[in-house]
Amino acid sequence: MRHYEDIAKKVRKKILNMIYRTKSPHIGSSFSIVEILVALYFKILSVSPKSPEAENRDRFILSKGHGCPALYAVLSIKGFISQGCINGFAVNGGTLEHHPTRDIKRGIEVSTGSLGHGLSIGTGMAISAKYDKASYRIFALLSDGEMNEGDVWEAAMFAAHHKLDNLVGIIDYNKIQALGRINEVVNLEPLAQKWSAFGWEVREIDGHNFEEIINTLENIPYGQGKPIVLIAHTVKGKGVSFMENKLLWHYRSPNKEEYTKALKELS
Amino acid sequence: MKSAFIETLEKLASVDNRIFLLTGDLGFKTFDRFRNSFPERFINVGVAESNMIGIAAGLALSGKNVYCYSIIPFLTMRCLERIRVDLCYHNLNVKLVGAGGGLVYGLEGMTHHAIEDIAIMRTLPNMTVVAPGDPLEVKAVINESLAYKGPLYIRLGREGEKCVHKSSPELKIGKGIIIKKGSGISIIATGTILCAAKSASEDLINEGLDVTLIGMHTIKPLDRDIIEYCAKNSKAIFTVEEHSIIGGLGSAVSEILIELDYKKPFRKIGLQDEYCSYIGSQDYLCEKYGLTPKGIKNFILKEYNQFSKA
Repeated sequence: MRHYEDIAKKVRKKILNMIYRTKSPHIGSSFSIVEILVALYFKILSVSPKSPEAENRDRFILSKGHGCPALYAVLSIKGFISQGCINGFAVNGGTLEHHPTRDIKRGIEVSTGSLGHGLSIGTGMAISAKYDKASYRIFALLSDGEMNEGDVWEAAMFAAHHKLDNLVGIIDYNKIQALGRINEVVNLEPLAQKWSAFGWEVREIDGHNFEEIINTLENIPYGQGKPIVLIAHTVKGKGVSFMENKLLWHYRSPNKEEYTKALKELS
Repeated sequence: MKSAFIETLEKLASVDNRIFLLTGDLGFKTFDRFRNSFPERFINVGVAESNMIGIAAGLALSGKNVYCYSIIPFLTMRCLERIRVDLCYHNLNVKLVGAGGGLVYGLEGMTHHAIEDIAIMRTLPNMTVVAPGDPLEVKAVINESLAYKGPLYIRLGREGEKCVHKSSPELKIGKGIIIKKGSGISIIATGTILCAAKSASEDLINEGLDVTLIGMHTIKPLDRDIIEYCAKNSKAIFTVEEHSIIGGLGSAVSEILIELDYKKPFRKIGLQDEYCSYIGSQDYLCEKYGLTPKGIKNFILKEYNQFSKA
């Protein structure tokens, strides 16, 4: 697990640099999904930058598109995205925006940024894979605030009805959404029971614990004919003490002093 | 039109196993044969149009050729933002096949009337907008849609429309059809009202007017050449559509006429900027709004006589 922790450190530093340099938002949302993405890209997903369009590759959809600095950083360490491309993040005439645009060669499967889209798209991919009798799986990473969108539940009903056990939803449950704490905006609880009632196989894990993430994802599917959802309990801003669990870091980018302090904590 | 659509799609689906048909729990009996022939490729997503668009996108991203069906307002407006992002931004091969263009669902009321759809859909980059004029045009459009790249909105009417064309027309998406050439006025019509426009033009010819009649099945991309032809060869141009006069065929034609420095009269025949204030069938409502052969003829004659006096 040490290996993955080292990668996660590199990813967080990359995110910090991208966001500090461009004064971009969403550092908190990016930090909360680092372990999930590292586990996916360095252990679980069958994807390779040498054959980004391989028909049987696993598909990953970042439905919470605003967390894309983390995706870009992971894809860059994995070899999909060059450093030059990372340097073009969030600058005029650049390469990458604050929400991802589909770019298969760079490993970005789906354009996202509007919440509530990813799971339906993943569902369509899962239907297609079943029809083709292909073995690839589809993973969609959603935010907790995104659970407010009705489309998520439309897709949830449909995927269970069609027994799409090649579809995995992962919820980044950091308990904070754009204007406040989840349980104060629109309470999601009991979230696990909701998914279970919708016919999904549910697992609750610590979204920063590699052992838990990997053990859970390595053993899918759990039963024939059920889509899987991982409720990953996470901390918004994870990894930098003064950013952790603070709504402010959904929006703010660090100033010079904060950047230096954050970098020290991540080293 | 609905059976022209599904019968043509069945033929295509029997030779192309990438074709999927999705419906938002609509099409009672219409889809029975398709469903029985291709059970794996017919998906009733339930009453969840927005999810349907996402599923269609996922299928298309995986190499499938997807047709989505519902009643127009639910298919286009309810899930507009998903069409924008999932289909148009990704430029996917998904066909949105909408039933009930204009006032087809008359007695169902405002929720089912489709009077703003062309305007809304044609503003979306990458989206092509087609409103076939009769069942033969539907057949031709569906045949052409198979290899067509990018999202395509196909606005159907209902079932049992009369054919305007005597035989299958030479139809290419993006190219209008000259049904009749004349040197007096031009009538450009789209969708199922083409039939009424044709009757009106025949009556006008009997009244001594020389008429060019254009079947403009494709509203986007609009056939600039044919509009230029009308602008050069007509004393006045009229557009006819069962749609709001804001943003539809008439607006699209006028955008080109302005660029062509067209200086002669131009009038739009369609629905005014209001929701229906009557209760009734499509025929009844079209009568009320002057969207009948007689209504179209009378409007054109009145306007034409005024231009002629001026």
